[in-house]
Amino acid sequence: MPALTKPWRSSIAWNRATDRVPALADAAPLQRTKHGGEASSSRVLLRDALHSLHRRGAVAVQDWDLLIRQARRAGLLARLGYELADSGLLRSVPAGPRHYLEGECIVAEKHARDVRWEVRQIKVALAEMGAPIVLLKGAAYTLAGLPPARGRLFTDIDIMVPYESLGKVEAALRRAGWDSGDLTPYDERYYRRWMHQIPPMTHVLRGTAIDVHHTIVARTTRHRLNARKLFETTVPVPGDPTLRTLAPADMILHSATHLLNEGEFERGLRDIDDLHLLLRHFGADPDFWPLLLERAAELDLKRPLYYAMRYAQRFLGAPIPEDVANSARLAPPGAVLRPVMDRLFDRALRPTHASCRDALSGLALLLLYLRGHLLLMPPHILVPHLLRKAFRGKPKEPEPRPGLGNPF
Amino acid sequence: MRTGPFWTHLRTPIRGLVDEIATLYEGHPISASEAFADFHVSIAPPISLRRWFRPKAQFLADGIEPFHPLPFDQALPMFEWGLNWCVATYVNHFLIVHAAVIARGGRAVIMPGAPGSGKSTLAAGLVNRGWRLLSDELTLISLEDGSSIFGLARPVSLKNESIEVMRRFAPSATLSRVVHDTAKGSVALLKPPAESIAQVAEPARPAWIVFPKYLSGLPALLEPKPKAAIMIEMAKNAFNYSTHGARGFAILADIVDSCACYKFTYAGLDEAVEIFDRLESRH
Repeated sequence: MPALTKPWRSSIAWNRATDRVPALADAAPLQRTKHGGEASSSRVLLRDALHSLHRRGAVAVQDWDLLIRQARRAGLLARLGYELADSGLLRSVPAGPRHYLEGECIVAEKHARDVRWEVRQIKVALAEMGAPIVLLKGAAYTLAGLPPARGRLFTDIDIMVPYESLGKVEAALRRAGWDSGDLTPYDERYYRRWMHQIPPMTHVLRGTAIDVHHTIVARTTRHRLNARKLFETTVPVPGDPTLRTLAPADMILHSATHLLNEGEFERGLRDIDDLHLLLRHFGADPDFWPLLLERAAELDLKRPLYYAMRYAQRFLGAPIPEDVANSARLAPPGAVLRPVMDRLFDRALRPTHASCRDALSGLALLLLYLRGHLLLMPPHILVPHLLRKAFRGKPKEPEPRPGLGNPF
Repeated sequence: MRTGPFWTHLRTPIRGLVDEIATLYEGHPISASEAFADFHVSIAPPISLRRWFRPKAQFLADGIEPFHPLPFDQALPMFEWGLNWCVATYVNHFLIVHAAVIARGGRAVIMPGAPGSGKSTLAAGLVNRGWRLLSDELTLISLEDGSSIFGLARPVSLKNESIEVMRRFAPSATLSRVVHDTAKGSVALLKPPAESIAQVAEPARPAWIVFPKYLSGLPALLEPKPKAAIMIEMAKNAFNYSTHGARGFAILADIVDSCACYKFTYAGLDEAVEIFDRLESRH
């Protein structure tokens, strides 16, 4: 659909609302920090708004209409709502957009309740194993009360168990009602031989999805990441000793490699914002940074960490100490590659909304998709895999029904 | 275009659709400079080879395609279904029940009912006999006071036999052309009375909950229905009841508590009008 080109602006309503709030009324157009680098397209309103809000800075929103649509598409509408509320600005947002910000916060609260409940079901199902369950990604943030939990919407729950226990875990989940549905033998083998997880399972009654991982990078990558190292350093969830999360550094490295090495960017901006929040949260302790660098080297995930820090800082203002950002230990890309990658990731880390696309977006996403696959698999597996995907086409999705469906 | 609490931004190259919407939505405010739109809707032929031989129309809500494209001819009902989808999917600042709602003297009758129960037909009949239409599909309950009901005054969607019934019952009412072979059979849209549109901004208070059921060949019957059962049914028919958690429960329970609750079977609209008029004067 063509982007909205009419001057669909909210100057009148906004000016009226800003009368009472100097922080908003006086706001200059969004300024980039000195780390900001090249100015991205000014149409990426959401990234600029978050960048400013994260620093508790002023925001001057010219176009609430477009900002809400970008945030909804990026899965960041509730987070934007919470950030505005934290800055004391939500009350002065015009009623139209404010309804959707507040409404999405209610939805996010519901998701958080549901995730806690679902994790309890998983615990019950796996109780007989007697082993702790390691929560990953969103479920980990929510149960551990970390900043990226706020305003988060869920599609599934990710857990990690030791490779040796996979069979038992899968069987226990099946007995409790989760099922991986009808998979083609190829898909089945794809997951079990090559991936870092078994095929996703869905609960037959609740429709909730669970991904069971045994490590954080696919088995086909050239990383020889020893998963035992990840398990050794997991930390307990406050208040619940049967649940664990990855150690802070591993959590960031997992999120970074997932976002920046896998070539899927449907939720790219949400994910880089998660990374930004984690870096800000754990990085408040200066001792954390050397630990993070060391761990990146140990797990051979230096490059994704480099990109994560670079773009979390550039697009969202993550406070990375200068010596860390420029550390030679991160093995940054060379002077030729770096500006290219910057331009590609700039496109990938935007809301997937028509208004954020430019002439380079399609190419950038294609190149990153290919890069993701090249990093994922050696060519003798990759080429047949992509051919198969190309000829099979997209799987048919069931027609969505309004207002129904499962909460995840 | 504004319908009740929502602005919709519509983009379409289909001239005929614009004309049909202009007729059915006459009286709703239109603006080209409104600052914020709740929904951004486009209806256009999808970009594919098909557009040259069997053209279809595709509904997009800000780039999201909730349904597969339909034959060109069905663009108008698709616009209606699409707008309903937008409200049910994106709106959480109201508690939304899948129910028709009409009012008189500021007091509302909420009529939940499965598709085919005749709630749209009943609502269409009553609003052509002095009741005000709020909506034939979506009951919007304010979260601010937990009881005000806001209306949309959008066209009523009539299916199959109901179209002929309504033509005979209200010959002066404006009906769209009949669109055949849709997923719901033949569909025509009935323009709400002008007063309903003029009063759309006035909320109503819930006073009755009536579960209608069309049953031919029997005299109309209005029977009390236990409130516990009504509560369960209302929750089941609400789009975002569980989203609102404890608050959703409290609001719905208060409404059920404060309403007179009935089950209503009817075969003819004249009889139904009489019974609803008596109901209104009794309480």
